[in-house]
Amino acid sequence: MTSKVIVKKATYRDSISLMKISNTIAKLPGITQAAVVMGTELNRRVLSEAGFADAAIGRAAGDDMVVAIEAKDATSLEAALKEVESLLSPGERPAGEKAPPASLGDALDLLPDANLVVISVPGQFAKREAMQALARGLNVFLFSSNVSREEEFELKRRAKDKGLLMMGPDCGTSIINHTVLGFGNVVREGSIGLVSASGTGLQEVTTLIHRAGLGISQAIGTGGGDLSEQVGGITMIQGIELLEADEKTRVIVLISKPPAPNTMGKVLGAARRCTKPVLVNFLGGDVSPRMLGGLRPANTLEDAAREACELAGGKRRVPTALTEAAVSVALEENKKLAKGQEYVRGLFAGGTLCYESQSILQPLVDAVYSNAPITPERKISGEAPSKGHTCIDMGAEEFVEGRAHPMMDFSLRNLRILQEARDTEAAVILLDVELGYGSNADPAGQLAPIVRKAKRLAEDSGRSLPFVASVVGTEGDFQGLARQQKVLSEAGVLVMPSNAQATKLSALVASGTSVEAKIRERSK
Amino acid sequence: MPKKKSKGEKTILSQKLKVVNIGISTFGDDLRSQDVEVVDVDWKPPAGGDVEMSRLLEKLGS
Repeated sequence: MTSKVIVKKATYRDSISLMKISNTIAKLPGITQAAVVMGTELNRRVLSEAGFADAAIGRAAGDDMVVAIEAKDATSLEAALKEVESLLSPGERPAGEKAPPASLGDALDLLPDANLVVISVPGQFAKREAMQALARGLNVFLFSSNVSREEEFELKRRAKDKGLLMMGPDCGTSIINHTVLGFGNVVREGSIGLVSASGTGLQEVTTLIHRAGLGISQAIGTGGGDLSEQVGGITMIQGIELLEADEKTRVIVLISKPPAPNTMGKVLGAARRCTKPVLVNFLGGDVSPRMLGGLRPANTLEDAAREACELAGGKRRVPTALTEAAVSVALEENKKLAKGQEYVRGLFAGGTLCYESQSILQPLVDAVYSNAPITPERKISGEAPSKGHTCIDMGAEEFVEGRAHPMMDFSLRNLRILQEARDTEAAVILLDVELGYGSNADPAGQLAPIVRKAKRLAEDSGRSLPFVASVVGTEGDFQGLARQQKVLSEAGVLVMPSNAQATKLSALVASGTSVEAKIRERSK
Repeated sequence: MPKKKSKGEKTILSQKLKVVNIGISTFGDDLRSQDVEVVDVDWKPPAGGDVEMSRLLEKLGS
């Protein structure tokens, strides 16, 4: 075995392009491991955990590119390094073709009537790019995270003053006038409009509405920080006003983790001024009836989808209770567990789904720990081993610095699945899978071999290890909902129609009859 | 007084999107596959990736 590490000073490519290059190199003959990544702290740690010990890695900075390859022999290694160079070089431009624009100003020369700028540069540079877009009178979809609340407030105040929409920072998805921005799904056009501070929350609700036969007018992402104390819900309030004025929207749905108290007041105030029915889903957050006024509350994302469909006049119900067949499968799985296998281990690509699962599990079991906990005293580090019932948000900032999001890049979650499989206290592994634009081309294909391997690992030490998952998506998504569900089922995963149901089923697998009554009560 | 869109003026929700994409190139590709006009910016970190220098340039209005 031989390996080589090369650090390219001040060389930048986006994380998704680099992930594709890494995957191509890893498949070359004789290559055992390959990583082409930006030299962020997270990536340096992942490289050292993968066994690359070169001191140059420690000296790499966040804006340096690190190429690390391990091969069976020197010839394969040389060939792979050559291929990296060729994939990184821009290639010859055909004669007469101009260089691509290097700035927003240059791009606007080519597209003078642009009305939106999509920005996904590293967080420390994001405000500068977004400010320039707003200054030119353009709406912004800002995907980048690692932008401070102060910067977010400044951007959003500027946008509001100019009558522009500032979606993000940390905005995963929006559907504007039937165009999907960022990570999102192909859904039917319809009369339900959403404003959401949660990317996967928006995906879960829009896809469940689509699967119930109804459709979406608009889905405005605000970014996760919008409902903080500092930002004050500026984008959500703008979104509510836009949907109130939007002719196609007949029902409005608001989605967020529980907002800061003052911000909640402002947002609900704007919602109460609407003449259209408004449904409020502040995941697990208590809203007093006085604050709600005529607004309708929903506890889970699935409840929000079901009630939105009812308000919009849908004939088909979104079924939210576990079926009897599912309950009996879960209880069977529970009986197969070895002594000491007691806990749910949720590993999520979707941050909101991680949050929703905690808010469902918490009242059913004693305590749920997380790197993104619903109560601060249950916080554990994402790097630390799981503790009791654990839900890890693999899309948290600690896991994505200089790396593609786990909806694209399955490598860190797959490692964590194997880690859980070795833990004798893990009773069931709960996963989410997101389809649609931006996501991996074959998420079930990424997970299936790891699920099989994890099950074998557990079986080799006399344990069974059940898996439960839900798939966020529609038949219109290019990965195909039914096909993805089938691949997971064939790998032995219990596939549920929503994250809420997958979570309840996991609790039932882990805790058996002791939680059955509570789950049945809550499913009514 | 801040400039606001007057009533009747079209908001982003009723316009066909025309997009400048800065950053991850697949976001631009996904928009093109939905028949949206997109121009990609060949983005590089400003001032060779130096955040402090970048903030200084921003203040200078560069």
